[in-house]
Amino acid sequence: MNRTSRTSLGTLLVLVALAFLSPIYLMLVNSFKDRAELYRNALALPESFSFQYYAKAMDKMNFMTAFGNSLFITIVSVAIVVVLASMTSWMLVRTDNRLSRIIFLVFVSTMLIPFQTLMMPLMQVMDWIGGALHIPMLNTRGGLIYMNVGFHASMAVFLYHGFIKSVPIALEEAATLDGCSKFGVFWRIVFPMLKTITITVAILDVIAMWNDYLLPSLTLSDKALRTIPLSTFYFFGEFTIQWNLAMAGLTLTIIPVVIFYMFAQKYIIKGIAAGAVK
Amino acid sequence: MSKRNKGWFALFTLPLLLVFATVVIVPFLIGIYYSFVTWDGIPANPKEFVGFDNYAELFKDDRFMTSAWHTIEFTVFALILVNVLGLVFSLLVTMKLRVSNAARTMFFMPNLIGGLILGYIWQFIFTDVFKFLGDKTGMDAIFFNWLIHPQTALFAMVIVFTWQMAGYTMIIYIAGIQGIPDELNEAARVDGANLWQRLTRIVFPLLMPSFTICLFLTLSGAFKIFDVNLSLTKGGPSNSTELFAMNIYNEIFGYGHYGLGQAKAIVFFVLVAAVTLTQVIITKKREVQY
Repeated sequence: MNRTSRTSLGTLLVLVALAFLSPIYLMLVNSFKDRAELYRNALALPESFSFQYYAKAMDKMNFMTAFGNSLFITIVSVAIVVVLASMTSWMLVRTDNRLSRIIFLVFVSTMLIPFQTLMMPLMQVMDWIGGALHIPMLNTRGGLIYMNVGFHASMAVFLYHGFIKSVPIALEEAATLDGCSKFGVFWRIVFPMLKTITITVAILDVIAMWNDYLLPSLTLSDKALRTIPLSTFYFFGEFTIQWNLAMAGLTLTIIPVVIFYMFAQKYIIKGIAAGAVK
Repeated sequence: MSKRNKGWFALFTLPLLLVFATVVIVPFLIGIYYSFVTWDGIPANPKEFVGFDNYAELFKDDRFMTSAWHTIEFTVFALILVNVLGLVFSLLVTMKLRVSNAARTMFFMPNLIGGLILGYIWQFIFTDVFKFLGDKTGMDAIFFNWLIHPQTALFAMVIVFTWQMAGYTMIIYIAGIQGIPDELNEAARVDGANLWQRLTRIVFPLLMPSFTICLFLTLSGAFKIFDVNLSLTKGGPSNSTELFAMNIYNEIFGYGHYGLGQAKAIVFFVLVAAVTLTQVIITKKREVQY
């Protein structure tokens, strides 16, 4: 291809990409307009930038609380998934017997079960744990974290298992001969070598848990515990017709995602590709 | 295994197994039991064993069968659109243009936003922005409120789902395209193959593994769609876009038919498993080596 056709192709690509993101543009510009201006022209840039709808949306959505809840629940859940799934997978790979193979098979085969098949009985089990064992699982952050870990366990084990199979065993054997315990071998030698797949698991789980609506909606009923998707849902129930306010609220929810994307873009795209190919 | 190694094995695997068993395995098993009873969800009320009655009933449930049909319709359109667009994007982005990275970043962006929030953004577009466009341009045959007609509302969901998933499949197709050695394309070009011939004879056959993954991901994603459904149409107008997952949710938590709803959920699982496994087996067979 010559230079001019490359330039025009590049321009075309940028135009296509911009058109693709036009919904984001519409959301942004209309979050600044008042009602009359919005209905006069929904496509135009706003005549003035007033952040009044942002302030109002922030207040109505309890945004900072919701943000804090989402952040806490996501980070703790992902950390636990990474720790437990990597340990489990390593043991399963390095202990080559029938039990290991059966456990792995159970993890993998349950990946096909849709959430809707489990949601109702899951609530009964959690309710029972709360009543019989006095461990409150419903309507607590800890309970949601516990369920997040359970739901993301199989995918994480699947990914770690595939990766660990390609990690040479020689180093571990040397460390064992030097008197290192299994625990020491795993955390000092093995886990650092799993960095790439850990990033993949963490990224996939962060995206899924941060955006999850259904599970938190079934488990959290307290207003103070709401995550971002939950508070967005209730906010919309109240303010559907006020689109400018609604758009300001939606923009707020997207800001953390965009910041995360900007800082972790390289890892996100690599992680997605690696996670899918396995 | 020595006793000591058994101890280590337990220490490393039991914590996750415990969580996994209580969250996935036990609910799955008692879910099967629930599908054979009638129950309204109130703990004090009895669960009455009815055998296969719930299963017989769900096939006579018109709303459920319609929702099943709409889910299939939705999935077929979504499958085609997501993968065509994802493939086109990946081909454009791998042409090594200066703007390729920026374009890739932008195409992938919607995938990070949750389905619930995407649905709300598009609800505004399909209702108010579309009406505005129709009034301004006079093309009110295309631009009207898409969410108040059953057929266009379903298609609106296809569009939102495509917007969310196209960038995702793009990433996977890019990985596939980058795995194809340059010499193959070069050799074909030297032999006089045009762009179309190179695509259909070299690129697509070698991309079969990527097709397997992308079709699997879109198929299961589309079949299980819930969040977009809830925020974009809420199943309306008059239940015409109530897809599988939402129908189950409403049956259980809306109408309190726990047994019947759980029977639907089991049927749903069997269908998802059967459809996705069949697809993987079919496309795996067509994968080639070079």
